[in-house]
Amino acid sequence: MASIEIANAVKSYGAVDVLHGIDLDIQDGEFIVLVGPSGCGKSTLLRMIAGLEDITSGDISIGGTIVNELQPKDRDIAMVFQSYALYPHMSVAENMSYALTLRKTAKEKITDAITNVADILGLSALLERRPKALSGGQRQRVAMGRAIVRKPQAFLFDEPLSNLDARLREQMRSEIRKLHRRLGATSVYVTHDQIEAMTMADRIVAMHDGIIQQVGTPIEIYDRPANIFVASFIGSPAMTFLEGTYEIAANGNAGVRIADGALIPVLPAQGATANQAVTLGARPEHIGIVGDDKGGIPARVDLIEPMGLSTLVHVSLAGNPVKIFTLDRPDFAADSIIHITFDMEKIHVFDTKTQLRLPPQSEPHTAKTA
Amino acid sequence: MNLSGNSPTQKAIYWGSHYLMIAAFVVFALFPLYWLLKVSVTPNDILYTEGVRMWPSRTTWENYTFVLTQSNFPHYFMNSVIVAGTTAIVTTMVAAVTGYSFSRFAFRGKVIIVALMLITQMFPLVMLIAPIFKILAPLGLTDSLTGLIIVYTAFNVPFATFLMQSFFDGIPKDLEEAAMIDGNTRFQAFRRIILPLTLPGVAATLGFVFTAAWSELLFALMLVSSDAASTFPVGLLSFVSKFSVDFGQMMAAGVLALIPACAFFLLIQRYLVQGLTAGAVKG
Ligand SMILES: Nc1ncnc2c1ncn2[C@@H]1O[C@H](COP(=O)(O)OP(=O)(O)OP(=O)(O)O)[C@@H](O)[C@H]1O
Ligand SMILES: [Mg+2]
Repeated sequence: MASIEIANAVKSYGAVDVLHGIDLDIQDGEFIVLVGPSGCGKSTLLRMIAGLEDITSGDISIGGTIVNELQPKDRDIAMVFQSYALYPHMSVAENMSYALTLRKTAKEKITDAITNVADILGLSALLERRPKALSGGQRQRVAMGRAIVRKPQAFLFDEPLSNLDARLREQMRSEIRKLHRRLGATSVYVTHDQIEAMTMADRIVAMHDGIIQQVGTPIEIYDRPANIFVASFIGSPAMTFLEGTYEIAANGNAGVRIADGALIPVLPAQGATANQAVTLGARPEHIGIVGDDKGGIPARVDLIEPMGLSTLVHVSLAGNPVKIFTLDRPDFAADSIIHITFDMEKIHVFDTKTQLRLPPQSEPHTAKTA
Repeated sequence: MNLSGNSPTQKAIYWGSHYLMIAAFVVFALFPLYWLLKVSVTPNDILYTEGVRMWPSRTTWENYTFVLTQSNFPHYFMNSVIVAGTTAIVTTMVAAVTGYSFSRFAFRGKVIIVALMLITQMFPLVMLIAPIFKILAPLGLTDSLTGLIIVYTAFNVPFATFLMQSFFDGIPKDLEEAAMIDGNTRFQAFRRIILPLTLPGVAATLGFVFTAAWSELLFALMLVSSDAASTFPVGLLSFVSKFSVDFGQMMAAGVLALIPACAFFLLIQRYLVQGLTAGAVKG
């Protein structure tokens, strides 16, 4: 096991910069999830840690040693690929033992390790099969097994679950977490699925366009997103955004005035000035539906989406789509007018120009920003 | 879509015509070979007198005995085995390495090298005989098997490279990356993981180059003058004398010349069939 330090790592392909100075310290034994939209450079960063991609500038260290010039084989890391990359001409057992064989590990030790790992992953009956005779989920397990058997310094995962169906993905998600708890190995896990990020990570690294937007625990990222990108990327159903201007009354109460003139009260925000262009961000569960005489803001119902446990109500507010999460079973007719309120303790104010979150004055300066 | 129809008669007609077409093609392709065989076992005295018949009234092995014992043929034959075999092996080795680098690496000048290799394939060979002769003569490489091997290798490498490249392209890059992470250098990953998976491609390339070199006539005729270094296509011409063509012996030699090619393809066909289907359907 080892820590991984990435210091000002840059990657360019010719004139194109793909990663712009990445700084990231990964603790020994930590499970880090790199998340971001397609093309933001997650795989590139992971492959730089693995040694499959040259580092244009900056340093990457594993266990305190700078590995910039080391070949992948000398970095003592294991990687699980999205395509699984099993050796098609080898049996499951041979696939899993290949790395150990290359290291000239004693036969009995290899057999022990394989039996043990096959037990953990439920592969014992399949050891003699070739990969082509396995289902997708089984292949995925073999790929995991191949990584685990080696007991490497760190595990790297590049979207290992994205080829599985939803149910299997859910199951593997918790299995990988359990494995991590059991092995305690430093892990870097790439995904563009924010649910995987939320459920699996010790810390999430949210990336966009080759820049780290925010690093934090899942709850930090969810409750205190550093900017509009992170706020919109994390959370499903996604956060609603309303543009408006910041207003502050003589008594110190603050609010955001949106396009149709309605004023949505907010906590006074750090560094916000009167009439500043701001964007209000509200998660579906922080918007409520109130009786017509309770002072809510009128909105027009677009669509009701029952999801079993909960219901998602889509409304338009001053021309903006707004999603509302409720555990009730509302049955509003389409186009009817309902009244909604925002939970001022929970909603966010972002500077429209810089896209950064303006935290409430009551919040200590903790949220890390890029 | 169900092309074969539903009723039994429709099915019978569909499959009947299906096999009929295959049979027609096989007959068309193999008929010259059949004729070769037929003439080779026809005694000389009835070759012209019997007219066109599907099978002679008498057959004989005497053409074969003559070719094997009285002519220089076994010698030409050995020369051809050496030349075609060496060319096939050397070309395939070079093509495997270059094809791999074309498939996997982006490097400066790649486009230029590919273009040059394509251009070499566009010249009619006849144009190149004189310059090649001029180059080889001072080096003492005319009239030698080594010279032929060098020329054949040079001419076959470009196409063989593109062939090998397409096979490497069909193998996911992740595989050698996994192998590198598992503890190989890139070259070890290539040799231990990628090459074994490309065996069908290697077999196809070997077969292609071997047959090309085996039946090559132009350079063999122009660059070699002595009997000692003649290959079998040149040898075949020795059955054409000023006054007559000894068809029986020529055909017998031809049948014998088919044997190594057939043996070679028999040897590699297991990989070849795999290779052709693997190339057709990705996965
Ligand atoms: N060889 C290359 N030459 C030029 N640009 C490249 C090359 N490889 C990758 N890129 C670019 O680098 C960027 C980051 O790619 P990367 O594969 O890291 O994205 P990703 O975050 O893993 O996306 P995904 O979620 O789709 O896998 C992309 O915009 C891609 O176009
Ligand atoms: Mg990727």
